[in-house]
Amino acid sequence: MSRTASGLKAWAIQRLTAIYIGLFVIYLVGAFTLSPPADFADWKAWMGSPLVSVAMLLFVVSTLMHAWIGVRDVLIDYIRPIAIRATVLGIVALSLIAMGLWAAQALILVRLV
Amino acid sequence: MTTASRRPVYLNLLKIKLPIAGIMSIIHRATGVFMFFALPYLIHLLDLSLSGPEGFAEAHAAVHGLVGMVFVFLIMWSLMHHLLAGIRYLLIDVHYGVEKAMAQQTALAVVVAGPILGLLLTGGLL
Repeated sequence: MSRTASGLKAWAIQRLTAIYIGLFVIYLVGAFTLSPPADFADWKAWMGSPLVSVAMLLFVVSTLMHAWIGVRDVLIDYIRPIAIRATVLGIVALSLIAMGLWAAQALILVRLV
Repeated sequence: MTTASRRPVYLNLLKIKLPIAGIMSIIHRATGVFMFFALPYLIHLLDLSLSGPEGFAEAHAAVHGLVGMVFVFLIMWSLMHHLLAGIRYLLIDVHYGVEKAMAQQTALAVVVAGPILGLLLTGGLL
């Protein structure tokens, strides 16, 4: 893929994920403010319901992709030496994947127990 | 071609006077980076709260302590600034609010609304 197309793709993904994250955050903050979970059972029932669970997992994936493109752009602006840039980008990428798996694990486990 | 290298470079950050849209843009970046660094703790809170009644109580206590409340406020401020600035960018993508006066007004609105909404939401959530 050409560099232009790859940049355009990142631009499009950043906006698509932003729209989902934005809408879901408004829902999350609204739901939390209007009817906060009273206890663990309440919280578990909410986070464990199929719709919220899948919406949360999609939120996790969207946030990771959005954070990757955003942090990558910042790092490319400020880190010029290619070896350091590649190393830091690699650490960020692996950290994001690890955090995604961690969040997904918590969200899926609560549906199993 | 030596012209390019002879251009004066003046990057004293303390003396550059940024327009309001520039300030808003820098805060958009800074809040994004801040939320990236906050991700491990946020996921930890999610994981803890879903681990059982004890974990739920622990996570609840963590965000209701003084440090926790300041953290929630900083996250809500960041989130609201990032969200509002993002909506502004999307509107500019579709050519709405591109004119100088409008662009300055919306940038100022984002910068001011961020901490206000952040404070209101922190109060509403905790």
